Amino acid sequence: MVGIITFTLVYVGPGDPAAIIAGDEATPEILEEIREDLGFNRPFPVQMGDWFWKLLQGDLGTSYFSRREITELITPRLQPTLSLGFQVVVLSTLIGISTGMLAAWKAGSRLDRNLMILAVLGFATPGFWLAFLTIWVFAVNLGWFPVIGYKPIQDGLIPHLHSMFLPVMVNSILASAFISRITRSAMLEVLREDYIRTARAKGASEFSVFIRHAFRPSAIPVATVIGASIAGLATGFVLTETIFAIPGLGRMLVDSIVRRDYPIIQALLMVVATVLIAVNLIVDILYAYIDPRIRY
Amino acid sequence: MTEALLSVENLHTQFRTEGGLVQAVDDVSFNIQAGETFALVGESGCGKSVTALSIMGLIPNPPGEITSGSIQFGGVDLLKLSSTEMRSIRGSKIGMIFQEPMSSLNPVLTIESQLAEPLKIHTGLSASAANDRAQELIDMVGIPDSKTRLKQYPHELSGGQRQRIMIAMAMACAPRLLIADEATTALDVTIQAQILDLMQEVTEKSGAALLIITHNLGIVARYADRVAVMYAGKLREVGDASDIYAASQHPYTVGLLRSVPRLDSEKGTPLSPIGGEIPDLTNLPGGCAFNPRCQWAVDRCSVEEPELIEISQGKQVACFEHASVSLNV
Repeated sequence: MVGIITFTLVYVGPGDPAAIIAGDEATPEILEEIREDLGFNRPFPVQMGDWFWKLLQGDLGTSYFSRREITELITPRLQPTLSLGFQVVVLSTLIGISTGMLAAWKAGSRLDRNLMILAVLGFATPGFWLAFLTIWVFAVNLGWFPVIGYKPIQDGLIPHLHSMFLPVMVNSILASAFISRITRSAMLEVLREDYIRTARAKGASEFSVFIRHAFRPSAIPVATVIGASIAGLATGFVLTETIFAIPGLGRMLVDSIVRRDYPIIQALLMVVATVLIAVNLIVDILYAYIDPRIRY
Repeated sequence: MTEALLSVENLHTQFRTEGGLVQAVDDVSFNIQAGETFALVGESGCGKSVTALSIMGLIPNPPGEITSGSIQFGGVDLLKLSSTEMRSIRGSKIGMIFQEPMSSLNPVLTIESQLAEPLKIHTGLSASAANDRAQELIDMVGIPDSKTRLKQYPHELSGGQRQRIMIAMAMACAPRLLIADEATTALDVTIQAQILDLMQEVTEKSGAALLIITHNLGIVARYADRVAVMYAGKLREVGDASDIYAASQHPYTVGLLRSVPRLDSEKGTPLSPIGGEIPDLTNLPGGCAFNPRCQWAVDRCSVEEPELIEISQGKQVACFEHASVSLNV
């Protein structure tokens, strides 16, 4: 399903890759030759069927430009994006849940209000703006971090993390704002439940009531939001990787769109779709772990 | 008489609501002797649950607040304790069972961990000893197959079984007082009787006193030694259960008794419900709060508030006309 939509959208999209490959001085004969060569002259269903058949065999196709296998092109691009994604998910979950719980613990206090003002700012702030702001402050003016210049993990963990710090922070702050608000409201809701009163009647300390009795039941909406924020990251990374010049999948997608390199666009969209489906599946499995009433 | 186990003196608990200040518990005083079964009766919203939560120190603040009074329990005033000291009494010296067995157990924790929790908090038993004790407690409340039950979650049990678990939990540390706040209201009638029998059995065995909070007069008749009838935040009549049943001298109690069908009444006798409605607590009628609904009301009742006075040994009534009030009029 995702495949059909992806293929069709790219197919009907404007622009002729043959014209871009051939350059400005191409004659109609050369263009025709390139089209014939890449199989553009075949009927649409045949092209799609061919693409699907190869996809099933793990073959994502060949780039129109470099003429190399796309699987081969994607592999080195995976690491920066996965590293960025992993760091952002871990960091935003930690920040989001801890500030959300803190706000719920001190509900109605000044601390709670300030945290929630920050959270509202967090999801009202455009990502690119925050990215440029942090580059300007921490990279250009203070010089603490490189403006651009990604270092792969093979150069050592510390240089790698250092080069990724700003993009990780920018994405984490934005994603954690939402997680924080949901954590707070879910906790406050659970704290009104009868079994919280039972826990207090047993003589449990406020801390135990909070952590042991209230946190896990409120984790379901939080898990949902974390899953959704991973989906949001997929689009966020296109922006972040472009601004911070990180040679990851998001950058590759932008470059390919500019060049009308359709097989790569299709391949990347399939990768993103696969990741999102996997994330949803993991979140669903987590539900069953969090709440014993949920069984599949 | 020996010194009471629990002695509530002039308790005032109020709630700030959008409609104004509500005096949910207004100058309530009563004693519970060690080992006795005491029933607090009244209709919804009369303040009986708030009284229980006040004893437990579980009034949500805000909006609620205990403004004055004292609650003597085993020689200490619970209202003067710090929150940490109060915590060491809750679940250990006083156990409490709530109305909703469906929602009163934590859905994501096993029965075992919830049962063992008060033991771990109050007795310093090791985790494994507490878990062993948890199994004994399940046996005690009569749930078969205790070993399997320990590993289960609340949703795998029926309502009656959950309420048994609640009893086991409340009795885990052998408290001296068990408070059952409408503990059987949500259960069907046969299960109600089983649960009440069980509560009476476990408290009798351990010598604990039982405070039953209910609107069900049938429960009172069968289980309570003494009864306090509450209306609009105040106690209206206190006395021995048998005496109240046979010869109530407060119009409200009489009204309650008349609105319940009796097996010994003549065939075809219609029930007579209490007329009117429960007053708005933010705007109580002047004088005795019951006077607009009272068939014995005289002029004085809408102006002056009757005090709860002792009219005979162990029997207190708050009514100017108590001498003429009777079930048979």
